[in-house]
Amino acid sequence: MSATVLGIITIALVLIILFQISKASESIAILKDEEKAMEASNKVHAFLFMAFLIVGLIGSFYSAYWFKEAYLPFPSSEHGAWLRSMFQWTLVVTVPVFVITHIALFYFTFKYKKEKGRKSYYYSHNNKLELIWTVIPAIVMILLVYEGIRNWFKITGPAPTEAIVVEATAQQFLWTIRYSGEDNELGVKNIRLIGPDNAVGQDWTDAANKDDFVANEIHLPIGKPVVFKLNALDVLHSFYLPHFRVKMDCVPGIPTQFWFTPTKTTAEMRKTFGPDFNYELACAELCGAAHYNMRKVVIVETEEEYEAWLKEQQPTYKQLGLDKLEGGADNMAEEEMPIEKEKDISSL
Amino acid sequence: MAVTDIKLHHEIVVHGHDDHHDEHHHKESFISKYIFSQDHKMIAKQFLITGIFWSFLGVLMSVLFRLQLAWPGETFPIMETLLGKWAEGGILTPSGYYSLVTIHGTVMVFFVLTAGLSGTFSNLLIPLQCGARDMASPFLNMLSYWFFFSAGLVMFISLFIETGPFGGGWTAYPPLSALPQADPGSGAGMTYWILSMSLFIISSLLGGLNYITTVLNMRTKGMTMMRLPLTIWAFFFTAILGVLSFPVLLSSMILLLFDRGMGTSFYLSDIYIAGAPLTNVAGEVLQGGSPILYQHLFWFLGHPEVYIIILPAMGMVSEILATNSKKPIFGYKAMVLSILAITVLAFLVWAHHMFISGLNPFVASIFVLFTLLIAVPSAIKVFNWIGTIWRGNINFTPAMLFAIGFVSLFISGGLTGIFLGNSALDITLHDTYFVTAHFHIVMGLAGGFGLLAGVYHWFPKLFNGRMMNNTLGYVHFWVTFVGSYCIFWPMHYQGMTGVPRRYYSLEYFQTFDIYGDLKVFITVAAIIVFFAQFLFVINFFYSAVKGKKMTSLNPWNSTTLEWTSPIEPGHGNWVGPIPHVHRWAYDYGKDGHEFIPQTVSDDQMRAQGLKVTESGH
Repeated sequence: MSATVLGIITIALVLIILFQISKASESIAILKDEEKAMEASNKVHAFLFMAFLIVGLIGSFYSAYWFKEAYLPFPSSEHGAWLRSMFQWTLVVTVPVFVITHIALFYFTFKYKKEKGRKSYYYSHNNKLELIWTVIPAIVMILLVYEGIRNWFKITGPAPTEAIVVEATAQQFLWTIRYSGEDNELGVKNIRLIGPDNAVGQDWTDAANKDDFVANEIHLPIGKPVVFKLNALDVLHSFYLPHFRVKMDCVPGIPTQFWFTPTKTTAEMRKTFGPDFNYELACAELCGAAHYNMRKVVIVETEEEYEAWLKEQQPTYKQLGLDKLEGGADNMAEEEMPIEKEKDISSL
Repeated sequence: MAVTDIKLHHEIVVHGHDDHHDEHHHKESFISKYIFSQDHKMIAKQFLITGIFWSFLGVLMSVLFRLQLAWPGETFPIMETLLGKWAEGGILTPSGYYSLVTIHGTVMVFFVLTAGLSGTFSNLLIPLQCGARDMASPFLNMLSYWFFFSAGLVMFISLFIETGPFGGGWTAYPPLSALPQADPGSGAGMTYWILSMSLFIISSLLGGLNYITTVLNMRTKGMTMMRLPLTIWAFFFTAILGVLSFPVLLSSMILLLFDRGMGTSFYLSDIYIAGAPLTNVAGEVLQGGSPILYQHLFWFLGHPEVYIIILPAMGMVSEILATNSKKPIFGYKAMVLSILAITVLAFLVWAHHMFISGLNPFVASIFVLFTLLIAVPSAIKVFNWIGTIWRGNINFTPAMLFAIGFVSLFISGGLTGIFLGNSALDITLHDTYFVTAHFHIVMGLAGGFGLLAGVYHWFPKLFNGRMMNNTLGYVHFWVTFVGSYCIFWPMHYQGMTGVPRRYYSLEYFQTFDIYGDLKVFITVAAIIVFFAQFLFVINFFYSAVKGKKMTSLNPWNSTTLEWTSPIEPGHGNWVGPIPHVHRWAYDYGKDGHEFIPQTVSDDQMRAQGLKVTESGH
């Protein structure tokens, strides 16, 4: 506590001293010729702006270079590479504008500081010049829009039919990952059926559910498209895989999806980034107190490794022993409540 | 030459004709003068001082949550002193963190940068620069402030309730904001938040209608629209934006209130929470609502809102740059048209906040187009500002420093918008620190710099001709300018690492937890900038009471009308008739004159033996 008090007292003292110096310097300025004092201060600020320009430009480029190891590595997905190139093209457009406008702004500030005997130049407009600097940005923007929308439609377009279908259901504060099994089709579900043994409310009367399984980790084979069917149980979440440049909100009641093709296995990444490297799934939409801790590991592996992992997985229906019950679980579900198929959201 | 011009100034005030003398100096009580005042200048002061109060609270909150980000798990006794059970043992809790983030955002966007900026300066400058004795309806104007005050009061009370203030982000997306089960702050805290916002919207509408009416109907003789200073154009379009978009926010709040308390499901569908499906009283699962509907309604205001913040700042910066460079604003018509273009486009870009919300991808593509097109009028403005200072004769008043700082920040923050506005790139950047950096620089800082520039420039008009201390202003500027870049520039790098915003702690992800030193650097810069603002507050209140009085009517040698009103203007602004206007607001450096006030006609110039060419304005 005493450290805090001491800190506050110190800061207060600094502020008071600055205040007193400033008060005194204003009085001195009045005693001296006010115009002269202003001229001297103009020189100081013009110089400081110039210094800010130089230090700022060097600093911004140097720091961008300094942190280059920290940026996300080259994307581990096919569309990520397009986005990376788009990001770089946007940099090609924006960096020169940033540099040139700042040089102009601060250089003019420096050069045209108020001086005795100089008069400002009455120059109210120049239609030709203004037309040029309207048309050029417009053209550049249209080009960026074209490139952006082209990529956007490729990325958000329908998933290839051979894509592996996986479902991610978000809730406070965890992910449930359901694989569609051999039929590559997710069975219908209903929130009324959610229970201790049924994390997403699978309806066992639907045959498509019988080979679905819930997995602890996300395993994906390299080079094969995968489509994630996304939804949330309680509030908004966002399915975020930084290394694959994947992000899409999970919305209660409205199905969303995102498809992509992984291009680098976890093992390959570990060779470059150390044995502890893992692809991670995070939540990117504020969802409550533990929003910052909705982690799941994603493992990208070779086709063979993936197949081997798939073999180890048992459909949830079987795990629960529902297949051994007399007549399956169909009766059970019906006893509880009738299921209306059209209310299903996962198969939309 | 300046001396002659000022003389002319006085004469015009004395020799004005055919306007009847409006006497407004009736006796006023303390309450009618300082509290329920209907004088636009007093209301401006009320908005400003309330805004300053909220900005300190808002920025203090950000310093507190920055402490947690830089030193997660570290004990800060001061945190417990200030936040009590939300920081037990001096460690901020996640709920405490999210509430601080949320209230920081809400307060800074609405109370500081909307009410504090546009509320203050629209009120102060519209009558003074248009040549009116007051607003069209001083009474509604007074109500506007008191609704704002009540909104603040309700928000302030919500900080102290048992379950804590709302903590679901300033955008208040349902279902999180609709379901008390989802978060402690979504209980009573959210009800207070909605009430506060609703009061604020009413305040904003009352103010906006008044501003529009006054600009359209109450300009003095000779003040055609194309002679208006750019400040007035900016306030005018800001008010139009507000009047057309705030009601939509109100509707979203009302529907949210229904969902929270009356069992409706406008925004709710198929929800399973707290171990049970969410049902209505009849036991039916709530279905058919759309959380995305709320986002549409919210951002239909939310996006124009950022222009509601930045347009007044742009207008004031244009005015300050021209006045202190002693040059006409470059391309006045283009400046007006670009404000108009921004106003129109502002209504057509809202869904760029929702590219990955589950929106139909085709819809997103249209919003990409309009979003990037808004860069064109913005670029025109930047080029014209630079054109304005080119070959000027620049006097570095504190206001001018902040105006130059504004242009730099607007460039830096505007350019990153080109990345974010492109939906495909937004997939990677959405909800990362890149966004935080972008909107803080282009809206928060630039808006704040506009506000500070305005305070330094028009302080004598706010406080009876008293001036602020320049030296303190200079120190304040340099620490704030350099410090702000140090806070927000590095956040771009964090964004390029994919670090998500609104994370209480980054320790749980190896992908994100790599910026230890940088996080500390940002926090230290934030603390320094925070304390530098005390220099401003000390300067502000000291100068308001004991500041040096200006010796002439027109300390910055400005052309606009507010500098023709007396040093201590009463309610009614001008003693005697309202001056007439004979030229546009930007005759700086014309025919070798440092400035020619708007009130001086060419004939009067010639009668004094001054050379002047025919003006086209």
